[in-house]
Amino acid sequence: MSVVLETRGLTKAFGGLVAVNDVSLQLHKGELLALIGPNGAGKSTCFNMLMGQLRPTKGSVHLMGEDITGLSPRVIWRRGVGRTFQITATYASMTVVENVQMALLSHNHQVLKVLPYAHKMHRDRAHELLEMVGMAEQADRHCAVLAYGDLKRLELAIALAHEPTLLLMDEPTAGMAPRERIALMQLTADIVRDQGVSVLFTEHDMDVVFAHSHRIMVLNRGQLIADGNVEAIRNDPRVQEVYLGGGTVFKSEDEAEDA
Amino acid sequence: MGLFIAQLLTGLANAGALFMVASGLSLIFGVTRIVNFAHGSFYMLGAYVGYTLIQVLPGVVGFWGAILLAGLAVGLIGMLVEILVLRPVYRAPELFQLVATFGVILVIQDLALMTWGPEDLLGPRSPGLVGVVRIMGEPVPKYDIALLVITPFVALALWYLMTQTRVGVLVRAATQDREMVGALGVNQAWLFTGVFALGCGLAGLGGALQLPKGGADLMMDFNILTAVFVVVVIGGMGSLPGAYLAAVIISVLNVFGVTYIPQSTLVLMFIVMVLVLMIRPYGLFGREEVAGEHGQVGEPERPIKPAGLQVRLLVAAGVAALAALPLYGSGFMQVLTTDILIFCLFAASLHFLLGLGGLVSFGHAAYFGGGAYVAGLLVKHAGTPMELAFILAPLGAGLGAFIIGWVCLRLTGVYFAMLTLAFAQLLWSLVFQWGEFTGGDDGILGLWPAKWLSGTTPYFYFTLVFSVGGVLFLRHVAHSPFGYALRAARDSERQAEATGINTRRVRMLAFSFAGFMAGLAGGLFVFSKGSIFPNELEITRSFDALIVVFLGGVKTLSGGIVGAAFFKGVEDVLTRFEYWRLAMGLLIIGVVILAPDGIVGTLRKWAERLGVLKRAEDES
Amino acid sequence: MLELSAVNSFYGKAHVLNDLSFTVARGQVVALLGRNGAGKTTTMKSIMQLVQPRSGKVTFQGQDITGMPTHKVAKLGLGYVPEERRIFTDLTVAENLEVGRQPPRDGTYAWTTDMLFDLFPNLAERRGNRGKALSGGEQQMLTIARTLMGNPSLVLLDEPSEGIAPVIVEQMVNVIKTLKADGLTVLLSEQNLHFARAVADMAVIIEGGTQKFNGTLEELNAHPEIRDAYLSI
Repeated sequence: MSVVLETRGLTKAFGGLVAVNDVSLQLHKGELLALIGPNGAGKSTCFNMLMGQLRPTKGSVHLMGEDITGLSPRVIWRRGVGRTFQITATYASMTVVENVQMALLSHNHQVLKVLPYAHKMHRDRAHELLEMVGMAEQADRHCAVLAYGDLKRLELAIALAHEPTLLLMDEPTAGMAPRERIALMQLTADIVRDQGVSVLFTEHDMDVVFAHSHRIMVLNRGQLIADGNVEAIRNDPRVQEVYLGGGTVFKSEDEAEDA
Repeated sequence: MGLFIAQLLTGLANAGALFMVASGLSLIFGVTRIVNFAHGSFYMLGAYVGYTLIQVLPGVVGFWGAILLAGLAVGLIGMLVEILVLRPVYRAPELFQLVATFGVILVIQDLALMTWGPEDLLGPRSPGLVGVVRIMGEPVPKYDIALLVITPFVALALWYLMTQTRVGVLVRAATQDREMVGALGVNQAWLFTGVFALGCGLAGLGGALQLPKGGADLMMDFNILTAVFVVVVIGGMGSLPGAYLAAVIISVLNVFGVTYIPQSTLVLMFIVMVLVLMIRPYGLFGREEVAGEHGQVGEPERPIKPAGLQVRLLVAAGVAALAALPLYGSGFMQVLTTDILIFCLFAASLHFLLGLGGLVSFGHAAYFGGGAYVAGLLVKHAGTPMELAFILAPLGAGLGAFIIGWVCLRLTGVYFAMLTLAFAQLLWSLVFQWGEFTGGDDGILGLWPAKWLSGTTPYFYFTLVFSVGGVLFLRHVAHSPFGYALRAARDSERQAEATGINTRRVRMLAFSFAGFMAGLAGGLFVFSKGSIFPNELEITRSFDALIVVFLGGVKTLSGGIVGAAFFKGVEDVLTRFEYWRLAMGLLIIGVVILAPDGIVGTLRKWAERLGVLKRAEDES
Repeated sequence: MLELSAVNSFYGKAHVLNDLSFTVARGQVVALLGRNGAGKTTTMKSIMQLVQPRSGKVTFQGQDITGMPTHKVAKLGLGYVPEERRIFTDLTVAENLEVGRQPPRDGTYAWTTDMLFDLFPNLAERRGNRGKALSGGEQQMLTIARTLMGNPSLVLLDEPSEGIAPVIVEQMVNVIKTLKADGLTVLLSEQNLHFARAVADMAVIIEGGTQKFNGTLEELNAHPEIRDAYLSI
């Protein structure tokens, strides 16, 4: 399996505080990798370094073998990394389909054009993408009135607009109801399978993590403390101590098997 | 050495009033998120009220008592203004309230004129503090020494109030999230009123304290406003120590400036500000403004669509009716319509920035007046033909906007707004003080259109073509990918950047484009009047545009031009009366309260309610 | 203690709560369950009058509080812990608590900062730190502590477990159990049924702004079809 994303000794210090400490990880093609850990463990900092929002203090990030450390978010996006946000970020004043059209305009280097009508451009492709995430019926609705789960799906469509090889999803199901969570992650898993996209995501809902990820990495105080499949992570005593706790607030193993 | 120290002391003394006004403004902004344009007016009121009280109250005790009472009285007036004018509009979209405060400026101006008359009032001397003390042989007014001592105490008292008392904690909490403060059982309405009154009271105190140095006059309000904005921006919004330090820097600089480079005192202040902001974008002690953190983002804008056939026909009919004006309208009507058309284009260019880009420029006059001056200077100094000068006006303004935008767009929100204002003022002071090149206060005269355009009717048509064409083009761009990208950057910079849109470049271009269009309006203006004066660059000109855009409706595409047409028309009628400012101010306040979505936005809502227009889907 | 009768609330033109009625009895922990968009947060806000119901009535301790200003509602003894936490990030932990401080009312527990620091030991260590230096879990603890400083008799907790590590959620369970033992009444909205099960006596399920179920958690467990229809777990 080819390596899509690799970090080598990724480190970020804010003043004296080391938020991310020597993190090396590999993400393979077609993999759904979960990054979990307590609040403040450094997950967001990690994400921001991968997306170019933060420059690492030490270490490097490689996409398909190329060093992308320190490139701007826009350049990293052009190289094929899409992202969705923990708190949704969409264009509230536009319709659903226009949100996707905007991403397509950018994908096609057309954002500075002043003569054509924007709403007529890439409409069909935008509808295709909305179809893919199950938002086609709502294409002409005003984005500001969408339900939260639909906004998350719209974000996914936006992220898919430039055919990314890698998707970074920051708490993709935060704020969603259980069924919506499952539906969204199922959708993500389908996209991974059908399009060969790789996904790295963070998540606090262990039901989602255990049900959908191929592999899990655990971050604590900036360091990777575990890396393995669902079962290994569930039963890792250190992970239980710093993060999972006694397991009263997510499905037990038996329940998960029943489901 | 002696002179140096004496000047330093004078500068420090001058910093007192400036600090008090600035800290009040900053305090009010911090909690209520209102940029109180009327703050200079409260300063002016403090001076006038103090003047009257000193006439009544005798002796040393009377003098200082009068000053304190003046602060108190202005605080009460501020309280009244907050309750009557601002409370009804807190729920309106952000920044809409500043339009109301602009109305307050006009009202206070005329009320002061009615009460105290048009003559400047000479400041009364402070009993017991007349004359000078000699410091190393140099005279320093005794009153300056007194101010020097008083100001730190006021600052310290404020600092104590804000950091060491429960009220201070509540005020700082409300600065961040006022709704949450309410949900914790604090009556935030009174907290707002209290802070507003305190801020106004400080301004009034500042005004009264400077009486022996500067007296009272009707220009005080705008004269101090710029300096106050500069101080607040340099010090950092919401920071008391910042406001103090910045007030000292500006005042000391001013005193030295007067001595050593008297031609450029005004310019100096802005240069310092730009330098500070280049190094520390949020002022010396300020913190970054985080958009939306105050839980009052307001109603989202609606999707836009190019006009349908019906609307296009309507617009065509309107333009045709205008084109036929010379057939049925008088020469005066044509001149007035020319004025209105030019103003519409100016307002539409600002609306493009404000409405689509969310970029609140407080200094848009820089490009209007700038374009006009480019044309005027070319004709005056280079003998450029009018046609060429007219074409170069928007190009010059656009270039200027590009350069200013490059600096200002490093900042966001209110810092951006104030920085644009500062640049406009910088330009104004350059033109004003560089008399041998720009004509200074006397302006440039004799700038008439080419022969084929001279006469009211030909120039009317000339204006009609460029104004209507400019407005239509601005509208078209709004529907283009570029216009969409500008809205995308406003709606969610995170998403825009994460999908490859260079939001800074988009905004830079939009800023330059809006500047270009304002310059076009300026070019039309200068040749319609045949002259140009520095007041076309002034703060009031910028505010005019801002006010009509807000009152017309920021969130509607036609808000800018409707507001401009309406208010230019009203102004023409009202200015025939003596106290027209009072009427205009009350009208503005009335519109703000009755039509919180602006004229167009509110009409649209009424129409939807009556079923004339189709309702938007379950808008929240 | 708290009663909603036929409450209708709107966001702009969107009808969010539709004739919603339910009651919360003194000393109970009631879980308000429902999907995203079912109206849980709007219910909380309608109780606090942050969203004013267009019709219907909210009564608290026998007093009609519909249309009352929010700060008065809070003063009556209703504590509100919002979903987004909304701590004052520029203020220290101690100052955050100060904002929440209200004198005790008849029959309410009189909290002091020291008692709260006993309940949330993490916060005690960080009392001089600014809110923005806290982790998500600590911020959540601080919002609860801040609300308790107002000595409420009923606390509204809006999705307290959202975005929090499981191990911290477990701590939260213990805190809520402690509060309940001290006689506090709690209405909490949740997406995490595991969490709700661990603390609540009663459950109210809403869907489309209307009540669909109201009963004990045992009853809810006995009717998996209700659970499947409205909670979809």
